[in-house]
This record gives sequence, C-alpha cells and structure tokens, in this order.
Amino acid sequence: MKYILMMNTMRAEQGVPNWPRADLQAHIAFMKKLGQDLRESGELVLAEGLSFPDRARLVRAGKDGAPVTDGVFPESKEFLAGFWIVDVETAERAYAIAARASAAPGPGGAPLNMPIEVRPVMSAPPQEMM
Amino acid sequence: MSKPWDAASERLLRQLAPQALGVVARRFRDFASAEDAVQEAMLAAFTQWPVEGIPENPRGWLIQVASRRMTDQVRSEIARRQRETAAARDVETVEAAGEIEIETDMDPDDTLILLFLCCHPALTSSSAIALTLRAVGGLTTAEIARAFLVPEATMAQRISRAKQSIKASGVPFRLLSWQERAERLPAVLHALYLIFNEGYASSSGASLQRLDLAHEAIRLTRSAKALLPDNAEVAGLLALMLLTDARRAGRTGPDEELIPLNKQNRTLWDRAEIAEGIELLTAALSQGSVGLYQLQAAVAAVHDEAARAEDTDWPQILALYELLKRVSPSPMATLNHAIATAMVHGAERGLELLKTLDSDARLTERHRLDAVRAHLLEMLGDRENAIKHYRTAAERTMSIPERNYLMTQASRLEESPRSLDGKTTDLG
Repeated sequence: MKYILMMNTMRAEQGVPNWPRADLQAHIAFMKKLGQDLRESGELVLAEGLSFPDRARLVRAGKDGAPVTDGVFPESKEFLAGFWIVDVETAERAYAIAARASAAPGPGGAPLNMPIEVRPVMSAPPQEMM
Repeated sequence: MSKPWDAASERLLRQLAPQALGVVARRFRDFASAEDAVQEAMLAAFTQWPVEGIPENPRGWLIQVASRRMTDQVRSEIARRQRETAAARDVETVEAAGEIEIETDMDPDDTLILLFLCCHPALTSSSAIALTLRAVGGLTTAEIARAFLVPEATMAQRISRAKQSIKASGVPFRLLSWQERAERLPAVLHALYLIFNEGYASSSGASLQRLDLAHEAIRLTRSAKALLPDNAEVAGLLALMLLTDARRAGRTGPDEELIPLNKQNRTLWDRAEIAEGIELLTAALSQGSVGLYQLQAAVAAVHDEAARAEDTDWPQILALYELLKRVSPSPMATLNHAIATAMVHGAERGLELLKTLDSDARLTERHRLDAVRAHLLEMLGDRENAIKHYRTAAERTMSIPERNYLMTQASRLEESPRSLDGKTTDLG
C-alpha cells in the first residue's frame, strides 16, 4: 500500500532557517539519511522538496480559460515543504517513517517534532462490482 | 541464426530462467548471488538473442553466462581480499566443473524448489511476489518495478532484501518433503493469487507500458500445475484465474469505468479461456478434495456459463458459498454468501446476514461491506439508505475506479424516477 507523507511546515514569507551551521548540517544529513534508508529498504517511491512559498502562485482559469495567477497570502497558514511517497506493508509502518521524519533535528539538535500528514494513495486494484 | 524473435521466444527465455537458476544456485551453493547472476544473464539474452538468434542450447547459454558472472564475482572478491592460493584453486575447480556439467545437473524440480523458496513464510507478501516474478517468472527488475509503479532501484532493493531474509532463515536449496510442501502450498498459491489480483489494476489502458501481471500469474500457475499435477487446489487456482480473466474485456467500458457483472457485454468474454477453466475445474473437482480456490472457480464458472445475467444459476452459487463458508470461513466468504442469499431468498435475508459482519474486525476492506449493503438496500427499494451506503463505500475504498463507480451509483439512484412501490427500476 502506498502512502504520502506530507511535511506541512512552511509559512509564508519564511526564509531559510538561520540556525547555527552545525545544526543545519545535522538536519540536512538527517534528511539525506532518511531518504537513503527508505531507498535501501525498498520502500521509497518518490521524495521531493518544494520551493519556499514566495514562489507559489494560485492559478485559476479566467473567462477564456487562460491562467489568472495570484500571489499566495501571508495569512494562509502552512505550506507543503516536501513529501515522500512510500510503498509499505502496513499503515503503522508509514506512521513510523513519518514519526522519524517528524523528529528531524532543529536548533541545538533538539527534535523539531514537525507535523507530518500521512494519507493513503488510492492505488488498490479495483474488485469486481456486483 | 535460427527462428526470428517473437513472443514465443520471449516465453521460452523466461521459462528457462528458473531452470538455469536452479543449476547455478546448486553449483555455487549461493541462491542470492546466483539469482543476481541469472538476472544479468537474462538481460544479456534479451539484448543478444533478438539480434543474434536463439543459441543452439539456450539453457546452457544462460547457465554458462550466469556461471561466468559468478566466477568473476568470486574472483574479484578474492582479489579484493588479497587471499591466497587455496581459494583461487576453488574457483578454478568450479569453473572447470561448469563447462562439463551443464546438461547433467538439470533437475526438473528446480522451478518448484524456487517457487516454494520465493514464497517463503519469512517474507512479506510484497517481497515474496517481487522475488517470485524475478526468480521464477524470469522477469527483469525494471518490468516488475513498472508493474508496481515504483522506481527500479526500490524494486531492486526489495528483491535483494527478500533474498537476505531467506538466507538469514537458513533454508537449504532442496525439494521440500511432501508434508512441508502441503504446509507451505497455501502461501505459494496466495502469492500467485495476489499477483493475479494486482493485474486488475495494471490491465487499464492508462498503463499500457506495464507488464500484464494477470497473464504472468496465469503463466506461473500453469507451471506450478505442471509440476504438481495431482494437486486439486493448484488446478483450482489456475481455473479461477482463467475463468476470471475471461471476463476482462467486458469488465471495463470505453473510459475504463468499471462495469458490474450483470451489465457486462457477455459476447466480449473469452470463450477459449472459459472452456479451459471449466475443463480444469471439472478434473480438479473429480479428485475429491475440494478447497477454497476450486470453490471460487466453481462460482466463476457458474457466472461465465450464463448467457445473460438473468440466467445465472444463483441457487447453485448459494450452495457453493455455503460450502466455502464451511471449508474456509472468512468475512469475504460471508459477504459473498449474503449476496447469493439475497439473489435466491430476497434482499432482506441477505441484509440480515450482513449484520454479522458489522462487528467482525477481520474484515479489513470495510468498503466492500458498504457497497454490498448499498446494493441490497437498492434491491429492497430503500433508496435513501442505498444512496447513503454507496457514498460511505465510495469514501472508504482505496481504488479510484471503484470510487468513481460507487459515486456514480449514488447519483444515478438520486436521479432515478421512483416507481409507485418505491422500488427503482434500474438495478445495477
């Protein structure tokens, strides 16, 4: 079963974190190791990190179908910072991976305990309908 | 240079994979590395044979190429460790043996040994399936990865870890005793069944690039049947696959929407597959040891034999599900039994039986219960509740085509004109 793990941690107008260099490096190394471990366990389908929200645009179709773009608004709460799609045996395993990601080290090496939204990907084969 | 390369050549090559693997694994006493070596030999064959023609002795060719990889690997290992002469002499012996024994150490049971090894109880079902497709099915990692929509590197890791687990469990590469085989067969059949079931998802047009897992499962089960000719359940599983696959062309509409059994265009069903399935099933049932797969195949046969949906022999299906509930009780058996009961004795009786499943924690696919309940409520004419349950089922399913189907059922019912007795005219 496939699950998406969404890290909804970015805020509008948030720039790069100004942590001490050692802490930043520890954080980056942690995320790299997580991706590597998921590849090695044969569970990683896809992982991507997203740009900062200042690059985000809200797009709607105008009257003629042409795109009308808008900036995102500072009051919009959290933005997707990145996501993993994993293919795992159980939901519990997906939660365990999310918990590991959540505890990525922040300033001073303390776990960030970020909220990670976990949802099943609709990938089950359809059954015969009556 | 012999025959041109075609689908039959490809089938031949895949069939030879487990035979070559058996020889190499036994000769080098290392299943995991031998499996990698044979995969490399397969990849080489897939590039060379279509161009240069199929070699005189194709199996010998695969064995030789794989053995050479193994020897190279051993040699580089030795170089790396800077070992002394004793080990190097081993390599020479192995290599010399390899040249002579190609044909003599072939064991017809190798494919069977591999099948049981790959469906080892220590493995999760997804690893067992992946390893079976590669080691027994002769498929490439890339093909398997595409079939399951995961990156090739991920699939390669999954297969390699599966082999590590087998190694760690310490099972020898040998034919299991009759009793061990009997104990382990259900796991093997279940793995084959899961491969077939996954084929439902891969048969849609959006994934034309994907391997046809249903056909791969049928191919593997055919070889299992050939190797275990006296086992009625293996035959039953093969019959079930054929009798189900026969309906494939009628199962989805032009936009890949699901079409329920009673609405399918039955002229699209594959008569040859139905005939073969029924023949297999008849022979299996005459052996006297009825089981889960034979009974499910029997139900599929009853559906396949009805020229129109209304000709379906529901009393017979009901009898089969009653037997299935006794032979192999499960929530899914109860669910199907309830459907058959509704068709024979009325929706109310069917709904009554469904109640026993409400508190059954073993039923993992709750949406199936909601969908069946919705259908039976619709039969009963309870439109409001039918709509409600179709929507609950749509919310709970993990399949997009199912969700589309169930949502459409709910809105069809909302929009359908009510007849005087409250029943809707359009069942389906």
